[in-house]
Amino acid sequence: MSLSYPLQFVNLLAALLLLISFAMLSQRRVVGLITLFAWQGAALAASTAIIAWSTGQHHLYYSAALTLILKVIAMPWFFYRIVRQLDVNREVESMLNIPTTMLIGIVLVIFSFNLALPISQMAGTVMRSTLGIAMACVLLAFLMMITRRKAITQVIGFLAMENGLFFAATSATYGMPLVVELGVALDVLVGVFVLGIFFFQIRESFESLDLKHMEKLREK
Amino acid sequence: MEIYWILGIPLAGGIFLALWGNRGHAPEINALFSLATLLAAAALAARIVAGGPLLVGQGWFFIDSFNVFLVALTALVAFTTALFSRPYMRIEKEHGKLTDARLRLYHSSYQVFIGMMLLALTTNNMGILWVSMEGATLATVLLVSLYRTPASLEAAWKYFILCGVGIALALFGTILLYFAAEKVLGSGGTALLWTQLNGVKAQLEPTVLQLAFVFLLVGYGTKVGLVPLHSWLPDAHAEGPTPVSAVLSGLLLNVALCAVMRSKVLVDGALGTDMAGNLMMGFGLLSVVVAAFLIKRQTDVKRMFAYSSIEHMGLITFAFGMGGAVASFAGLLHMTMHSLTKSAIFFAVGHATQKAGTQMMDDIRGLIQTNPTLGWGLMLGTIAILGVPPFGVFASEFLIITTAMHAHPWATPFLLIALGVAFASIFGKVQPMVFGETRLPRLPYQPALAPVFLHLGLVLMLGLYIPPYLAAWFRQAAHLLGG
Repeated sequence: MSLSYPLQFVNLLAALLLLISFAMLSQRRVVGLITLFAWQGAALAASTAIIAWSTGQHHLYYSAALTLILKVIAMPWFFYRIVRQLDVNREVESMLNIPTTMLIGIVLVIFSFNLALPISQMAGTVMRSTLGIAMACVLLAFLMMITRRKAITQVIGFLAMENGLFFAATSATYGMPLVVELGVALDVLVGVFVLGIFFFQIRESFESLDLKHMEKLREK
Repeated sequence: MEIYWILGIPLAGGIFLALWGNRGHAPEINALFSLATLLAAAALAARIVAGGPLLVGQGWFFIDSFNVFLVALTALVAFTTALFSRPYMRIEKEHGKLTDARLRLYHSSYQVFIGMMLLALTTNNMGILWVSMEGATLATVLLVSLYRTPASLEAAWKYFILCGVGIALALFGTILLYFAAEKVLGSGGTALLWTQLNGVKAQLEPTVLQLAFVFLLVGYGTKVGLVPLHSWLPDAHAEGPTPVSAVLSGLLLNVALCAVMRSKVLVDGALGTDMAGNLMMGFGLLSVVVAAFLIKRQTDVKRMFAYSSIEHMGLITFAFGMGGAVASFAGLLHMTMHSLTKSAIFFAVGHATQKAGTQMMDDIRGLIQTNPTLGWGLMLGTIAILGVPPFGVFASEFLIITTAMHAHPWATPFLLIALGVAFASIFGKVQPMVFGETRLPRLPYQPALAPVFLHLGLVLMLGLYIPPYLAAWFRQAAHLLGG
C-alpha cells in the first residue's frame, strides 16, 4: 500500500520524534537538552498541523499552535533563562552510563511497539501506526527522569513525556476534545511557572540544583 | 445554580486573597470565603437529597448522591481547617517561621486548592477531572514548601515529580478512555462526559478499557497514596504546615479516590468481570499492611499519622474494591469518619508540636499536665482513629471486616493483623505524649480546639446514631457505586 505524501511526512516526523528522544537520553549538557526539547516540540507541532490539514480536523490547528507557542518558544526560552541565571550548565550526571541507558531504551521501544499493536489495529485514524512511537517516547522520557539527577533535567523529562502523550492522543484519536487540551496546556503552563519559583527556592537553600542534596527524607 | 457558587466562591477567594491577602484580616477573610462555600454546598446537598441527580450547565457538571456527599464533606473540613489555621498560622508568624508575603501565598493557594477539588468532584468531563486534579497538585506544591526549609523543599519536589508522573499516566488512561468512547459516541466534547459514557458503557471496547483502567488506577492511585506509589505522602504531610497536612490527608486523598471510583463504574460495565475490583482490593490490602508496619518505625508524629492515612485509604479502597451494597456503604462511611477524625488529629498535633517546638515524638511529653484540653483532644482523636467504640470509625471498620469475612475470607487475617499492629504502635506512641512527665511550660496562647471537638463530636454521634436521612443518602450513593 502506498501512502499519501502528507502521511509519509507525518511518519518521517514520528521517526524524528523517536530519534530526538534517544538524543535526549544521550545528551550530556543541560543547554543541549533544552535545544533538543524545543526541536521535539517543533516536530510535534509540525506533525499535528499536517494531520490537521490532511484530515480536515480543524481543532488540531489550535493544538499545534499551542504546542508551538508553549513548547517551542515559551518554555525553552524560560529554561535558557533559568540555566543562565542559576548557572547550572555543567555536565549532567547520569546514574547509569550512556550506552547502558541506550540499550534499555531500545528494549523499551520494542516493548511499547508490542503493547501498542492491538490498540493501533483498532484505531480508525490514518496514522495509527505511529501509536507505538508515541508510547516509546513516553517511556524513553520516563527513563530519562529516572536516570538523571538534576532538577531541571527531570522537569524536561516530564515535559517530554507530555509531548509523547500528546502525540499518542493525536495518533489514536485525532487529539482530545479542545476544552481538555486547553486545560492540559494551562496546567502545564502553570506547572512550569510554579517550577520556576521552585528552582529559585531550591537554589537558595542548597546552592545547587543537584538532587543528591535532596535525599534526606527516607525511611530509616 | 448552587454549583456555580460552589466553584465561584473559592476561586474568587483565591484571586481576592492574592491581591489583598497581606492585610491583617486575611485569615478571617479566608474563613469567611470557606463559610460561604460551605453554605452553598449545604444548599446543593439539600437539593440533591430531595430531588435526585442533577445535570447542570449543558451536561458539564453532574451531581449525584456520591459526589455531593464528598462536596459537603470537603466544604465542611475546608471551613473548619480555615478556622483552625487562623490562630495557628498567626503563631507560626510570631515564631518567625513565616512572613506576610508567604501567608498571602498560603491563603490564596488554600482557596484555589479547595476550588480545584470541588471542580474535580462536580465535573462531568473525565478530561476536566484530570485537569482539576493536576490543578489541585500545583496549588499545593508551594504550600508544602512554605517554610522553605531544606526538608520541606525536598518534600515538595518529591510531591511535584511523583504526582506529576502519576497524573501523566492518568492522562494516558484518559486518552485511552476517549479512544474507546469515540467509536461509540463519535468525536468531540461529549465523548468524555461521564454520564454519556455511563449510558453506553456496555458497548465500550473491553481490552482498551482494561488498559485504560490500569493507567487510571496507577495515576490517580498515586494521589490516593496507595502503596507502592505512596512515597510522596508522608514527606508532604510531615514537612508542610499543619493545616495543609489536614486538608491533604482529609480531603485530597478522597477526591483522588472519587476519580478512581468514577473510572471503576465505567470499566465494570464494559468488562462485566471483577478485574477492576480485584486490582483495587490488591492495592488496598497492600497499603493497609505495609503502612501498618511502617507506622511502627516512625519517630515524627506527623509522619506517623500520614502513614495512618495511607492505611485508612487502603482500607477504603479495599472496601470499594469488594463492591456490593454493604461494602460500598462501609467505604463511604469510613471516608467520612477518616476525613473528620484525621483532620481533628492534625489540628491537635499542630498545637502540640508548636508547644514542644519539634515534631519528634520523644520530645513531646505530658500534654495533659500543661494543656489538658489539648491533651484530651489528641488522645480522643487517636482513640477514634484506632477504631475504638463508640466512635464512628469502629462502625465502618466493623462493617468492612465482616463483609470481608463473608466475601473474601482470605483477606481477613491480613486486615486484622494490620489493624492490630497499627493500634499497638500508635497508641503506644501517643500515650506518653499525652500522659508523660514534662517540664515544658504551658502554651502561652489559646489553642484553636473548637474544630477538634466539633469533628470528634460528629464522629462520636455517627458512631452512636446515624440519622435516617443520612443513612438513606449513603445507601443511595453506595448503590451508584455498583452496590
